[in-house]
Amino acid sequence: MNLHAETRDGALIVQMGERRLDAAIAIRFKDRMREILSDPAPQVILDLSAVDFLDSSGLGAIVAVMKSLPGGCQLELAGLTPNVDKVFRLTRMDSVFVIHPGRAGIGLLDAG
Amino acid sequence: MRGEAVQRLPAPDHGPSPEGTQIFLHRFQAHPLTVRRALKAASARFRGQISAQEAGTLELVLAEVMNNIVEHSYGRAGRGCITLSILREARGLSCLVCDEGTPLPPVCLEPPRLPNIDCVLADLPEGGFGWYLIRDLTLDLAYRREEGHNLLAFRLPLQAG
Repeated sequence: MNLHAETRDGALIVQMGERRLDAAIAIRFKDRMREILSDPAPQVILDLSAVDFLDSSGLGAIVAVMKSLPGGCQLELAGLTPNVDKVFRLTRMDSVFVIHPGRAGIGLLDAG
Repeated sequence: MRGEAVQRLPAPDHGPSPEGTQIFLHRFQAHPLTVRRALKAASARFRGQISAQEAGTLELVLAEVMNNIVEHSYGRAGRGCITLSILREARGLSCLVCDEGTPLPPVCLEPPRLPNIDCVLADLPEGGFGWYLIRDLTLDLAYRREEGHNLLAFRLPLQAG
């Protein structure tokens, strides 16, 4: 599981390095994210710009990760590619997550 | 087989394709990783024949259908075969997915309903989206249980041209 985390300006940016977030990988993704988030940050941004395929299992894993965050913390998303964006729109999950246009850390945090 | 006269089908109006690139058939042992390979093979077959957006939709719908078979029809053991066939025709991609697992629960065939997400964070659903996506993105979905097989057929519309 290729997940890279770094802290920038107080925000934890997690870069998903896999091209697919699907049923084959969903449980490992959840486990690895929980490890990374065991030391909670006030702002967590998951950058999905490398992901060109997301299915409902992958979506469920992202929701599960958000629910596992301590109270008041939200999981924010960035870098949604067209196929990934479509799944969020069709399931209306785009209304649940804060979704940043563009990739995390590229002009995003600077823009405030 | 009774000796009835074979009815000839009318020839397709666009003529036969010598390479048969509009036909795809793949049979494999059900497992999340073999589902991935099947999706890749199907995408490769129709590359250049359908748009990138249509390819994304095809992959998503097939992933939902076949991962449901892995997880529910064959259960955790994941043993059993999936046969996927796709035919590209004028009205879209006609898909047939066949497995020999447990029958599809009738609830999957009821009108699609999105899980309720107007709730507090802790109650957000983590599942239940798969069949909604299948129903939302396909046309003419049909299911038949026959001789221990699940037969699920549906069509993905394609843009004209």
